[in-house]
Amino acid sequence: MQSIYKTFFAFLIALTPLMAQAQIDGEFVKPRSGKFLLQNATVHTITKGVLSNTSVLIENGKIAQIGSSIQAGDAEVIDCSGMVIYPGMIDSGTTLGLVEVNSVAETVDYQEIGNFTPNMQALTAVNPNSEAVPVTRVSGVTTVMSIPQGGLFPGTAALINLVGYTPDQMYAGFKAVVMNFPSSARRGRFDRRSDEDIKKDNEKAQKEANELWEKAKNYHELTSKGATLEYYPEIAQLAKVVAGELPLMIEVNAAADIQNAIKWVADKNAKVIFSGVDEGWRVADEIAKAGIPVLTGPVQDLPTRQSDRYDAAYANAGKMAKAGVKVALRTNDSENVRNLPFHAAFAAAYGLGKEEAWKAVTINPAEIFGLADQLGSVEVGKVANLIVSTEDPFETRAQIMHVFINGYRIPLSNRHIRLYQEFLERSPALKKN
Amino acid sequence: MKKLSYILAALVGLSMQFAIAQTPKGSILIKNATVITVTKGTLENTDVLVQDGIIRRIGQNISAPSGVQTIDASGKYVMPGIIDAHSHVALDVVNEATAPIVAEVRMKDVVNPYEIGIYRALAGGVTVSHAMHGSANVVGGQNATLKHRWGSSNPADIIMQDAPRTIKFALGENPTRVHGRGNGIQPRSRMGVEAILRNGFSEALQYKKRWADYNAAKSQKGNSMVAPEFDERLQTLVDILDGKIIIHCHSYRADEIYMLINVARDFGIKKLVFQHTNEGFKVAPEIAEYTMGASVFADWWAYKFEVYYSTAFNAAILQKNGAITSINSDSAELIRHLYHEAAKTQRYGGMTDDEALAMITINPAKQLGIDDKVGSLEVGKQADIVIFEGHPLSSYAIPQMTFVDGVKYFDIKEDKDDQRQQVSATEMVEPIMLTEENHRCMQDTEYLFETANALFSLHNH
Repeated sequence: MQSIYKTFFAFLIALTPLMAQAQIDGEFVKPRSGKFLLQNATVHTITKGVLSNTSVLIENGKIAQIGSSIQAGDAEVIDCSGMVIYPGMIDSGTTLGLVEVNSVAETVDYQEIGNFTPNMQALTAVNPNSEAVPVTRVSGVTTVMSIPQGGLFPGTAALINLVGYTPDQMYAGFKAVVMNFPSSARRGRFDRRSDEDIKKDNEKAQKEANELWEKAKNYHELTSKGATLEYYPEIAQLAKVVAGELPLMIEVNAAADIQNAIKWVADKNAKVIFSGVDEGWRVADEIAKAGIPVLTGPVQDLPTRQSDRYDAAYANAGKMAKAGVKVALRTNDSENVRNLPFHAAFAAAYGLGKEEAWKAVTINPAEIFGLADQLGSVEVGKVANLIVSTEDPFETRAQIMHVFINGYRIPLSNRHIRLYQEFLERSPALKKN
Repeated sequence: MKKLSYILAALVGLSMQFAIAQTPKGSILIKNATVITVTKGTLENTDVLVQDGIIRRIGQNISAPSGVQTIDASGKYVMPGIIDAHSHVALDVVNEATAPIVAEVRMKDVVNPYEIGIYRALAGGVTVSHAMHGSANVVGGQNATLKHRWGSSNPADIIMQDAPRTIKFALGENPTRVHGRGNGIQPRSRMGVEAILRNGFSEALQYKKRWADYNAAKSQKGNSMVAPEFDERLQTLVDILDGKIIIHCHSYRADEIYMLINVARDFGIKKLVFQHTNEGFKVAPEIAEYTMGASVFADWWAYKFEVYYSTAFNAAILQKNGAITSINSDSAELIRHLYHEAAKTQRYGGMTDDEALAMITINPAKQLGIDDKVGSLEVGKQADIVIFEGHPLSSYAIPQMTFVDGVKYFDIKEDKDDQRQQVSATEMVEPIMLTEENHRCMQDTEYLFETANALFSLHNH
């Protein structure tokens, strides 16, 4: 009898791996690197015109060849006839990966305690496995700035590609110290400070900014002369801006604040980028004259003032570009960064034009971030961040057919798509049986 | 005595006539457009004749009657005025958060015709909006359906007087947070939300019976019964039970949606529309079978936990399962490009042009009970019309002119930039708002959450 039991148990144990297998249905599709030939598309290079009946070869994560008669060799051939190829879009301002569910404080990692925390690294807190990452990249947005929020100097932002399982794998090669320039504007309806208080807060913040900058300057001067100073990671980080090692990304929106910010940076010899710039259109000439590039958006936004024309935010990017400002676009979003192409379309329709709007989500940010040799256009040697679409990806109805990031072929799946597949025809449907 | 009542009746009749006749009605002939009727196909090179605020003819080679202005719309697209089934535009107050049931309050008492948001909505082609109570209560206040007759200083002029009554309900995180967590009373959970509803409707039935008993006894000889105390809150619930009010219920999760469907079925309530309904796709067959459908966001998700398991394909799944589906804004910003939000159903689920456009016209009209009056371009309907440069579902489309009752309230070429009708005399400097008030579902409940999280609460819908 016992031997029967023993045999039975032995049988069960032998079966275990099979049983474990039996609980898994189907196979998970992972991002996959390799050699891919995207064949016979209309290629919108952004920097070198539009090439019809053209193929693009991806190898070792890079764009290896562009041409009309590339030999496939051992490459996986993907027929792109009738389709368009564009470079992956870059969103120049998001909190993607830094927040999962905005109302659940435990999942919000974009803001630290304190007003002066420039050493806080967005790249540390970016969650490579955020549900928002696969939701975003199937839209053709392949690269985003992930930006800490909050105080005067809330942290250091990082540019990431939306593929990889560690921050280092995602890192796209650009960081900047973030500054929220002292604001004379209200944050919103909930901001019930008196005009007097707003003025006071603004003056206090200006003073603090000046003092911190002086400290950072001293820190830099002393350390560059070989001094060993006490551990002061906040000032050490800001000193990198003084030294020109890191750019300063200044969030500034109201017209008067933009003018003040232009004055403030004039004698600082720092690499400066403005972000937000909601009222840039009011002082576009001054921004252009100062030669400061701008990361602006969201485009689909309300005007800052009741008296403004209804389309002030739609038209902002176009007006700045016309004045000669280098403009890149952002959504300033986390879970809906996927709407970047639509923000770009609105900017295009309200004055920026399609061509400039495309630049504002590709080559312009690449240039602003000093990565024009790697990102932002379809050119040989650049990182293979590419999208294949049925038509202009800014069009709402366009279907994105293929996405490549860092040369990885990205599975066109995410939770939104899986739920669609499960629930379009639910089983059981209305009745129990 | 009799004479006096005749005079009174005449006066009442006259004043009603005055109230109805007060809002302006226009006449216009729109020529040579691509006319998207939504319900009766799309017609090329077609004219639309409007007289006294009503669409009189749709066809070719219509000539303008004398005194009727003609607009050449060659190369342009004409569609019905867009209807937003969920908005808080033009409301001074949004939440009366003092009890789980506040059915007696009315949004028509807090309509602000000066709000610039009305003009901005018109600039996005929106002619009708459903100005809703907030989501702090299980049974919130009664909503107002607005017609965007911009320029009037009289709140009554922008209320669509011939629209049926609707009321706001809310399930899930918002009412449980305000009452359970904020005030320490039921509901604290989705179980409590159901109890509030069942208790409320049961009490309403008792109230109805008390009045029925009293009214029956009144005609009896020697009756000494005293009339029950009038209770506006319970009477409103009775009106819901009697089918006089359409419920519009803020909801997210499938379980709570299913719960309300069951409550409604148990109490014989048929006029029920779900709002937001992010997990509606999970109970789409039930929504299609038992309700007037769902009014949803095109793609909002993850801003709070109960919308974490959402999909942008929600509208497409609901529609393909046969539920009446509309796309709404709940936002002073989004309301300005609902045509673009509707187009997202083409990216996420491959809706046809007519299916997508129905979600911002005839479908919300059905859910508001006004589909016999607006929501499509048909002869006999009220002339709420938008003219677009570019197909309205293209992301490059730009609304050019918007008409309500045949009167033009938005013209991209002629309008001045500053459209304010009221400028504060005490405001020395115009405030600059970096994030405008575009999320208002929980407005006026901030006092309950005086914490560092106050900001988060404002971004909840």
